[in-house]
Amino acid sequence: MVGIVNYGAGNIFSLTSALSRLGITYGMINAEEEFELYSHIIIPGVGHAGAAMEKLNQSGLVEAIRALKKPILGICVGMQLLTAHSEEGDVALTNIIPLDTKLFDKELGIKIPHMGWNNIEIKNNSLFEGVENQTQFYFVHSYFIEYNATFGIATADYGLPYSAAVQKDNFYGVQFHPEKSGAAGERLLLNFSNLK
Amino acid sequence: MLSKRIIPCLDVKDGRTVKGVNFVDLKDAGDPVELAWQYAQQGADELVFLDITATHERRKTMIEMVKSVARQLNIPFTIGGGITEIADAEALLNAGADKISINSAAVKRPELIADLAKVFGRQFVVVAVDTKLVGGKNMVHLNGGRLITELETEDWIKRAEDLGAGEILLTSMDHDGTKQGFDCNLLQTISQLINIPVIASGGAGKIEHFTEVFTTTGVDAALAASVFHFGEIPIPHLKNELKKHNIPVRL
Repeated sequence: MVGIVNYGAGNIFSLTSALSRLGITYGMINAEEEFELYSHIIIPGVGHAGAAMEKLNQSGLVEAIRALKKPILGICVGMQLLTAHSEEGDVALTNIIPLDTKLFDKELGIKIPHMGWNNIEIKNNSLFEGVENQTQFYFVHSYFIEYNATFGIATADYGLPYSAAVQKDNFYGVQFHPEKSGAAGERLLLNFSNLK
Repeated sequence: MLSKRIIPCLDVKDGRTVKGVNFVDLKDAGDPVELAWQYAQQGADELVFLDITATHERRKTMIEMVKSVARQLNIPFTIGGGITEIADAEALLNAGADKISINSAAVKRPELIADLAKVFGRQFVVVAVDTKLVGGKNMVHLNGGRLITELETEDWIKRAEDLGAGEILLTSMDHDGTKQGFDCNLLQTISQLINIPVIASGGAGKIEHFTEVFTTTGVDAALAASVFHFGEIPIPHLKNELKKHNIPVRL
């Protein structure tokens, strides 16, 4: 069963709907002791990374998240929260994955936000099992996580190559929205729920 | 690479989709959920629902519809029509809408754009602009083109971007319904003027019009209604043709 960290950062109706369609049961995590009720954890998030981090800090769940050994998936801003720092609000984040979250540079001739379907270069990883390389996923974001060969498990190109998905041990993150990315996104959520 | 998006637009009244829809295997053409699902299956990249309900019950009915759609749909969708305050937008967000589109409410009260962007992020805020050529100038119109404003289209769009719009949905009322093609000159001007995505709307009649708008302008997406609803342009066929012209699409 998937536990969703309920720290008040954005709407999760689409996410829970996607899980329901896939037959994945889920519940909400509001307190530290509730982590043990679930085998897999999702940190959702939309909006401002600085504001989201403030809410996550207020939830008092940060240390419990850091200590988790079960598979955990951050989505969009939820993924960015796993990194060390964001230029959005110039805030320190959880630093679970030592990478930086940066603002897209419009000098690269790109429109911001990065909004729409973008193909990704996928490394061999269980999260993407059954998903073809260069499959397109749905992105909506103005800030991105820098490219990194060690932690990157999928790369997108928008003005520059950046991390579309990252992994460090049991911590996973995707910048795109699997719950809005058609069949491929649903496959990814299913794969996550099956991670050992 | 970012794909160019193909967006069918559905009119909704009292929670039901209206306008003739001519899908062969559709059981209930008025059911927004079934219709949305069909479009997603066909490869639509996104959907826009435009609420044209005029009754007091509109908000409640719309929220129920948005929830039903969000439960079933695995692609993003935008809701437009009748959004005049933060509370409207918040209810739609919580029901599962990915974006909201505002038009006349933004013209009447431009701060609404800034307020929405501040609360929900600019990616949530689409500003829809209806434009019509009057005396050689592109002027913003309201009420489906019936009411002219004092705003020049370029100025208004630039201002909307500055206020916090995340995307512009630009409909040429001169082209809308003609099936003679998009207003590529204006669309190119606008997409060079601003640094947020632009959705082209008004005038789609055949596949070549989509090819034209994506090869001659910098728009990010093209929206149409009747050519999709009546099956005149099947989306998979359209996308294959676009791909042949080296236009990036999601297949």
